[in-house]
Amino acid sequence: MARHSPGLKPRGLALIALVPLGFLAVFFVWPVVAILRLGLDEGGVLATLGTAEVWRLVGFTVAQAAGATAVAVVAGLPVAFLLARTNLPGLGLIRVIILVPFVLPSVVVGLAFRTLLPDGGVWAIVLANAFFNVAVVARTVAGLWTHLDRRAEDAARALGASRLRTFTNVTLPALAPAIGSAAAVVFLFCATSFGVVLILGGARLRTLETEIYLRTVELLDLSGAAALSLLQLGAVLAALSIGAIMRRRRETALRLRGKAESARRPAGGEWAVVVLAVLVVVLLLVPIVSLVVRSLSTADGWRLDGYRALTGFGYEGSLEISGLDAVRNSLAAATDATLIAVTLGTMASVVLVSLARNKVRYVEVIDTAFMLPLGVSAVTVGFGYLVTLDLLPGDLRTSAALVPLAQALVVTPLVIRIMLPVLRSIDERLRQAAASLGASPWRVWREVDVPMAGRSLLTAAAFGYVVALGEFGATSFLARPDTATLPVAIARLISRPGELNNQMAYAACTLLVLVTVAVVAIVERVRVPVGEF
Amino acid sequence: MLVVKNLTVRYGTLAAVSDVDLAVNDGEVLALLGPSGCGKSTLLRAVAGLEPPAAGEIRWDDTDLANVPVHRRGFGLVFQDGQLFPHRDVAGNVAFGLRMRHVRAAERRTRITELLELVGLAGYEHRTVTQLSGGEQQRVALARALAPRPRLLLLDEPLSALDRALREQLAMDLAGVLRVAGATALVVTHDHDEAFTLADRVAVMRAGRITQTGPPDEVWRRPADEDTARFLGCGLFLPGHVQDGVVTCELGTAPLPWAPDGDVTLGLRPTALRLAENGVSGKLIRSVHRRDHVRLQVRLDSDDQLVDAVAGIAETPGDRVHLTLDPDGLAVVR
Repeated sequence: MARHSPGLKPRGLALIALVPLGFLAVFFVWPVVAILRLGLDEGGVLATLGTAEVWRLVGFTVAQAAGATAVAVVAGLPVAFLLARTNLPGLGLIRVIILVPFVLPSVVVGLAFRTLLPDGGVWAIVLANAFFNVAVVARTVAGLWTHLDRRAEDAARALGASRLRTFTNVTLPALAPAIGSAAAVVFLFCATSFGVVLILGGARLRTLETEIYLRTVELLDLSGAAALSLLQLGAVLAALSIGAIMRRRRETALRLRGKAESARRPAGGEWAVVVLAVLVVVLLLVPIVSLVVRSLSTADGWRLDGYRALTGFGYEGSLEISGLDAVRNSLAAATDATLIAVTLGTMASVVLVSLARNKVRYVEVIDTAFMLPLGVSAVTVGFGYLVTLDLLPGDLRTSAALVPLAQALVVTPLVIRIMLPVLRSIDERLRQAAASLGASPWRVWREVDVPMAGRSLLTAAAFGYVVALGEFGATSFLARPDTATLPVAIARLISRPGELNNQMAYAACTLLVLVTVAVVAIVERVRVPVGEF
Repeated sequence: MLVVKNLTVRYGTLAAVSDVDLAVNDGEVLALLGPSGCGKSTLLRAVAGLEPPAAGEIRWDDTDLANVPVHRRGFGLVFQDGQLFPHRDVAGNVAFGLRMRHVRAAERRTRITELLELVGLAGYEHRTVTQLSGGEQQRVALARALAPRPRLLLLDEPLSALDRALREQLAMDLAGVLRVAGATALVVTHDHDEAFTLADRVAVMRAGRITQTGPPDEVWRRPADEDTARFLGCGLFLPGHVQDGVVTCELGTAPLPWAPDGDVTLGLRPTALRLAENGVSGKLIRSVHRRDHVRLQVRLDSDDQLVDAVAGIAETPGDRVHLTLDPDGLAVVR
């Protein structure tokens, strides 16, 4: 039975829900379905799926994602311990350092690993994908670990269990939901990772995602691409469902929080874990630092040539616009995308949290639907836009609005994941108290939810901004030569010969790194929980 | 005046409140007393407008409240754990209801000062609420609820989250504040001390129904049935006979001037039997110190029955003791 919540009326809710759902329908479901139909109509889907080559692709996609997930989990756990259970100085800095890779543009990460491992190969791909996602594991697990009542472990120790035994028998099972849900998300990110694989794998090592891109753009094999998209969509749905189940279990676990302060000074064997965690953090810095170093070191010694060249068009006019124009395009598109995503994401969060408060079933289905754009090939979406959107008035297909719309699609799920837990954590009785003091349902939102979730809105906007800035998959598809963003320009520069082009690409990457670091540092100061998926 | 008529509230098929009648007169404090899970909080939430009734009606004077939403009922609400707005300071919390009623700033400030003084927190205006102790938070929650002069104040276990010493102190303070403010209030509690301290009238609730309503001493002395008596501390029930204000039972006699003549069922609280020089005899099994008395467990010689009793000082287990009836610990079950 529906409970009376002093929240929004069903009609008001439905109106709010209409906007993000409509956006999802027009700018996500429609293009994706169109692509799938295109492929299916042409036939040959079964033929494509029957080839051994496709299953080799699937095998490699799954294997590299599984490998990267394993590396991310192994590297993330000690860091989670460091963040959740110790009170050492400098943890704030460590939070910033591990979060930076997560929001770095994939092109930048790809390039950074190419400077480190020039021969590329499977290991470069696995490590680069893991590099992205250590933060997801560390933060998600630390989120639960902080709230885990330490007295359960104290009890086990008092009963004679060693530290290791306590960890494996008490702590690890309690953390399992968080580890599971983090691993599911990381696997998803790694399996659909595009920029990194494209740059490090080239034409040699291909995943489903890059293969879809190659088939549509270079081979014009639409039915093959559609078949692969279909395959990927199925896998993504499965992974998301597992993730949703894990998330529910973790949210149940989070309610069991203990009150005792759980951060202490490490003791005994715990120092080994701390050393491991610090090692992980240092390793995370290596690609970033090497990128910055590379941007400054030229054949003629330390020079700023790459940065100066950003005002130009690259070696022998590799770009159709100057580097500065690309920066301008990036900033403009990311701003628009952030505005759209924050609006849509806030609306979706309001709807989701109101539905949950009124004990409506299937909230998780809607929740998962909003997460789908994270997992579906950005390339598929981008290509879908080109196929469908000419049917809309105003010919969006050639409009510059296309890039921010596609970026907003990628950013909105992130906004929801940041806003939703904060809104959920607001005690229902607080809102009832406000209502009993005379606040109408809208006024309750304005007086209670908005001020309490305000900081997380800022966080969501800041994160959305850097993610939009670095978005590559859909943008590379949709940006025309004169509307190219910085990541697209970087990818173009490194695909062309000329030392100056490389130098420019490194310089541009360094700029993106600086923006990312600045945003992450600001967000960390605001101190809103981030990165729990 | 609040009138609740034939009210039923369901969770799915389970009736949390069934067919309840209740009235709270203007200026009266009524306590809803009952064990946890008896439906008393649900009843309070229904009155507040937070639970939809399955049947029956809730009226204020002549207005049916069925279609009046929470924020238009003009009822104040205080929760067990304060639920202060963490993003506002003490003054901001107390001012909330006044702002919703568009009270001017100058008037708000006067009212805030007045209320903080009333609840004993003068000068706390600009404290952050998260830094307050549990008791202080409850005081602020009370001031916040009283500020807009609600026509009815609803208190849901207002003192249960506090530790015992503080609870007793705050119960006295709260009773004083409610009298001074002339508030009409409905208090939900599982603690009879709290109910009797605060209320003009007590309604005892069990399994979704109200079993008895009356002034505190009437409910205390004359519980409606054995279950109610047991909830109010009676552990032993005996047949007795009252004649001219004196009750006689197998454990002795005691004056009960307020009891009606005839055969009755007596409910004995531990304080109904006291250690004495003479009276029924038995063997002391156990002797435990309580806060302000010693609790004894005695096996009676007459029928081997184990009974609870009280004494001023501890005795040695194994001793032979005598017990007499103390009328203050007796209840007459109707």
